[in-house]
Amino acid sequence: MSTRLATGGRLIDCTHTTRFTFNGHAMTGLAGDTLASALLANDQMLVGRSFKYHRPRGIVASGPEEPNALVGLGKGRFFEPNQRTTTTPLRDGASLTSQNHWPSLEADIGALNQILAPGLTAGFYYKTFMHPRPFWKHVFEPFIRQSAGLGKAPTEKDGDVYEHLYAHCDLLIVGGGVAGLQAALAAGTSGARVLLVEQTGHWGGRAPVDGAQIDGQPADDWVAAAVADLEALPNVTLKRHTQGSGVYDHGYVLATELPPDHVPGSDTARARLWKIRAKQVLVATGAIERPLSFAGNDIPGVMLAGAVRDYVVNWAISPGARTVIVTNNDDAYRTALTLLDAGQEVPVIVDAREAAQSALIDQARVRGVRILTGTAIAKVKGGKRVTGVALCAMNTGGSAVTEIIDCEAVAMSGGWSPAVHLFSHCGGKLYWDDARAMFRPDPARLPTGHDGQPFVRTAGAANGHFDTGAILHDAVAATQAALKLDRAPIAPSQAQDPAEGPIAPIWVMPAQARYELRSKMWLDFQNDVKVSDVQLAAREGYESVEHTKRYTTLGMATDQGKLSNINGLAVLSEALDKPIPEVGTTTFRPPYTPVPMGAIAGEARDAAFQPLRRTPMHEWHATHGAHWEPVGHWRRPYCYLRAGESIDEAVHREVKNTRQALGFLDASTLGKIIVKGPDAGRFLDMLYTNMMSSLKPGKCRYGLMCTENGFLTDDGVVARIDDDTFLCHTTTGGADRIHAHMEDWLQCEWWDWKVYTANVTEQYAQIAVVGPNARKLLDKLGGMDVSNAALPFMGWIDGTLGGFPVRVYRISFSGELSFEVRVVAGQGRALWDRMMELGLHLGGMPYGTEALHIMRAEKGFIMIGDETDGTVIPQDLGLGWAISKKKTDYLGKRAQQRAHMVDPNRWQLVGLETLDGTVLPDGAYAVGTGDNAHGQRKTIGRVTSTYMSPTLGRSIAMGLVEHGPDRMGEVIQFATTSGMTIDTRIVSPVFFDPEGEKLNA
Amino acid sequence: MLTLTCPYCGLQADETELHGGGEAHLTRFGPDSSDDEFEAYLFLRQNPRGVHAERWRHVYGCGKWFHALRDTTTLQVFGTYPAQTLTPPADLLKAAGVEPAA
Repeated sequence: MSTRLATGGRLIDCTHTTRFTFNGHAMTGLAGDTLASALLANDQMLVGRSFKYHRPRGIVASGPEEPNALVGLGKGRFFEPNQRTTTTPLRDGASLTSQNHWPSLEADIGALNQILAPGLTAGFYYKTFMHPRPFWKHVFEPFIRQSAGLGKAPTEKDGDVYEHLYAHCDLLIVGGGVAGLQAALAAGTSGARVLLVEQTGHWGGRAPVDGAQIDGQPADDWVAAAVADLEALPNVTLKRHTQGSGVYDHGYVLATELPPDHVPGSDTARARLWKIRAKQVLVATGAIERPLSFAGNDIPGVMLAGAVRDYVVNWAISPGARTVIVTNNDDAYRTALTLLDAGQEVPVIVDAREAAQSALIDQARVRGVRILTGTAIAKVKGGKRVTGVALCAMNTGGSAVTEIIDCEAVAMSGGWSPAVHLFSHCGGKLYWDDARAMFRPDPARLPTGHDGQPFVRTAGAANGHFDTGAILHDAVAATQAALKLDRAPIAPSQAQDPAEGPIAPIWVMPAQARYELRSKMWLDFQNDVKVSDVQLAAREGYESVEHTKRYTTLGMATDQGKLSNINGLAVLSEALDKPIPEVGTTTFRPPYTPVPMGAIAGEARDAAFQPLRRTPMHEWHATHGAHWEPVGHWRRPYCYLRAGESIDEAVHREVKNTRQALGFLDASTLGKIIVKGPDAGRFLDMLYTNMMSSLKPGKCRYGLMCTENGFLTDDGVVARIDDDTFLCHTTTGGADRIHAHMEDWLQCEWWDWKVYTANVTEQYAQIAVVGPNARKLLDKLGGMDVSNAALPFMGWIDGTLGGFPVRVYRISFSGELSFEVRVVAGQGRALWDRMMELGLHLGGMPYGTEALHIMRAEKGFIMIGDETDGTVIPQDLGLGWAISKKKTDYLGKRAQQRAHMVDPNRWQLVGLETLDGTVLPDGAYAVGTGDNAHGQRKTIGRVTSTYMSPTLGRSIAMGLVEHGPDRMGEVIQFATTSGMTIDTRIVSPVFFDPEGEKLNA
Repeated sequence: MLTLTCPYCGLQADETELHGGGEAHLTRFGPDSSDDEFEAYLFLRQNPRGVHAERWRHVYGCGKWFHALRDTTTLQVFGTYPAQTLTPPADLLKAAGVEPAA
C-alpha cells in the first residue's frame, strides 16, 4: 500500500492538516500536498477508469504529463472536470470526484469493454458504425454520445473570476529549474528585462530531488541563494504557478497562472492568462520520462521512476513497501537509492540492457540491491493494484517466466524526452539523437521572428542535457546567444553528477513479445492505445505518424501524448521498418496543458463581454418600458411596453399612433459621416450609385452604396451642407464599416483627391418626429418655420427649436410627414424630454424599431440586411431609379454588367399577399416545379420581410422572386417547415399610400 | 500573433490593433474593362507561399492604411511602407531576395 513516511518531504508541512473528500469519502492531507500526493497518502491507488476499456487506473506521474489521475474538482458553480491531481495543490475542503465510471469507481459496468477488447481495436468506430446507415442516428450515435467525453462538463455558470494580464520583456525564461534559474542569473546580470515563469510552486525543478550538488552545496541551498539573488535584481520578475502555455508568432507567448491560494467564489482571480510579448524566449522546461511498454503497465501502482522519487523526496510518500524497478537506462537507479534511503524495500532492479556498468549503478550495487540485466517484465500481476511482477529474459517472446516477484509498486523508466513543446509551437525543428534515444531541438533550425532571426532557444534538459554541470553551462550559453552578448555575463555554476552509462532504446518488453502481451502493453494510458493497436494501424497501411495518431487516437486528449508520443512512434517505426527520424513526430500545438475556458474568456463576460453603446436618450428608454433589441453594439428599443401589454400589442399601438397622430423615434444610432473637401462630390459619385455631385446645398438625396462586386452594402440619406461638405447617413450597423470603406478608397485608390472624412455618429443625437401632427409639434417648440414652403420634402435647414440649436431634415422612412431633428449629443436628452412633454397634447408617444420596420415595409422601403444579404444588387430591388445612367463609373458598376447580374431571371423584389391572410414565415422559400442539379426541389423565391400590418389590418410581405415584377397577380406557393405550402399572390411592394400624399402633407 | 510597424506611428503594433486587407498593388479595372480583366482584379490573387506584399490598416491606432512586405511561411517582415505607392520599395525587395518587376 502507498503510505506517508514518518520523515522527509521537502514540500510538505506536517504541522498543517488539510481535509478533503474523494468520491464523498473523507480524507486528510498536509499543507504542500498536491491532490495526487494526498490521495497516495491515503492509499488511494485506484483514482479513475480508462476512457475506452474502463480499466482501473492509478497515478503514473508527478507533473503535467499525468494521463490517468484526472478528477472532477469542486461542486456546482465551482466544478471543473479533468483536473490533473499531480499539478493541482490540495486546498482545505476540496471535493474530488473520479471520472469515467458507472455506477462507481470500484464496481464499473463499462469495464465489460475489457472483455470485448479484442473487438475494440484501432479504428473500431470507423470500421463498425458504417452500416446500416439509419443505425448511426438511432443506435450508434446515442450510445457513443453517452460514453464519450473525458469527465463531465459543468452544468452551472462558472462562479469564479478570471483575468487577462500583459507583460513585455527582453527575455522570457520558461521553467524555474536550475537551468532557468542559471539563465535568469546570467540574463539579469546583463541588465536585460527578464521574466522567469515556473509552473509549480517551487523553484529548482528536479535537481533537489535527484540529489544534485552545485558549487559544492546541495541543490536546494544553491536554488535558495539563486532565487534570493534574482529577487534583488530590479530587472528580473519571478512568477511561480505560471505555465508557459503556448509560443506564437513574433515572440507572443501565452502563460497561464493558477494562484494556489485562490478561494472559490472570492473576488480574486482563479486563473490569469498572461499575454506576453518577449523579444527572446528561452525554453528551460526540462524533460519528461517515458514509460516502458510491458504487459500490465497500466495497473495502479506502476509509476514512472522519476515520479516515485518525487513522491518520496517532495511529499514523503512511498507508493509501496516493496517497489520493483524496471529500466533501460541508469537514471532509474536513483529511484532505487532514494527508496532505500527512505527505508523502503527494492527487491530487484530489472534492467533490459545486457550490461549495466557505471558509477551511478555502482552506488546501487554497493547497497546490495539485486540487479537483473537482460531481463524484462513479462507481465504485471494484479487488478486494481499491483501485487507482483513475472520476469523473463529480454530477448524472448515472454512465454518462459523465469521468476515471480511480489511487490506493491513498479517504478519504470524508458529514458527521458526533452520537453520541446514550446520550442516546437512556433516552428522549431527537432533531430533524433540516436545514441541517446531522444528528439532534441535542432540548433540550426530555431523558430524565427519578425526580423528573420531566431527568437526561441532551449536550455538544459529541454535541450537534451541531463548532467547538472552540462545543464548549467548550457543555460549560460543559451542566454548569451539569445541576448546576442559578446561574452558570457557570468560563469556558470559547477556541478559533478556521477557518470552514467548509455541508454538502450527498448520500445517493447520483452523484445519478441507475443500478441497476448502486446495487447496489454499500454502506450497511451489516457486513450487506451496499446502496442498492438499501433502495429495493427501499420499493417493496415497507416504510414504517416499523423494519420496513425488520428486512427488510433494515440497522443490525443488532455495530455496530448506527453508520455505516449515517442514510444508510439518508435513502435510505428519498428512496425514500418523505418528509422525513427523518417517516421517523425506529430506536430506539437499549443497549449502545453489545457487552459481553463474561464482564463481564455478573462473579463470578457456578462456586461464586459463587449462594449454597450448608449444614445443620449438611453436612460429615458430604460425607464419607460423599453424592450431592447441589440443593433450592433447599441441597444435600441424594439418597442415601449406599457403595463399589461404584450410585445405585439405595443408594436401595433405604436404603428397606429404614429400613422394617426404623432410618434417619436430615437434615430441617434444612425451613422453620420462628414465628407468634406474640393473633391467630396466627385468622391461620393464614385461611392454611391446615384449622382451626388449634382445635389444642391440644403437638399437631401437617398443614396445606395455598393461594394466593388456590385452588391448593395448600405443605404441612407445624403445631405449637402455646402459646396465642399456632405453629410452621409448610414444604417445603424453600417457607420463604422462604411467609414472604413470610405477611408480605404480614399487612402489606397484616390489618394490624390482632396477629401477628408469624419465619423460624427456619436457627436449628435437625432430624433425623428413622425406623423400627421409632426409639424404641430415643431411649431409648439417654436423658433423655426418648418412649413412645406420653407422646408419641403428632402430639404434641410438649420435653426433653433425651443431654444435648442438644431438641424432639421425633412425626410421620411415611414411614409408619414416626418422631420428628423439633430442636436449636439449633450442636449439630446433635454430636447427629447421637451418633445415628450409637448407631445402629450398632440397624442405623441415614442415608437421602437419594430414599428419602424413595419411602417417602412408598408411603404415598400427596403431594409439593408432584410432585403439584402450580400448577393443582391440594387437592380434586384426595383431601385434602378437610384442608379445614375450618366456616370461613367461608380463602385460596383462594372460588376453589375456581368452576365449573371443582367440575367432577366434574377430574383427581384415584389410584394406578397397570402390568399388566406396568414403571415408568411420569414425566410420561407417559394417552390417551383422540378428539381435542381442537386436533386432538391427547385425554389423560385424567398420572403425577405413579413409582418402583420396594423395599418391595413392584414398580413404583408416582401420577397425576392424569380423575374417577380413580370409576374404581378400570379399565385405562387411558399413552403413552411410543417410541410404545408401557403398560396401567395405577387403584388406591388408598396402597400400603403402609394401616391405619397401623407409624405408631402 | 504578428507584429507590424506602422510607418505613420513608427509603432510596432500587435496584429489585434491592425486589420488585414489582402494583396497590395492591385490595379482597379472599371466599366471599360473586359470580363477577364475584371475577374482578375476582383477575384484572382497570388496567394504565394513566400514573399507577399499586402495591405494593412492601423485600425485601432492612426487609422492609416499601409503596406507590408512579408514572407507568408517564415512570417519574416521585410518592411512596411505607405499605401500610396505602386510597387514595393526596391530596398525591401532586395532584403526579401526578390527581383523588382521590370
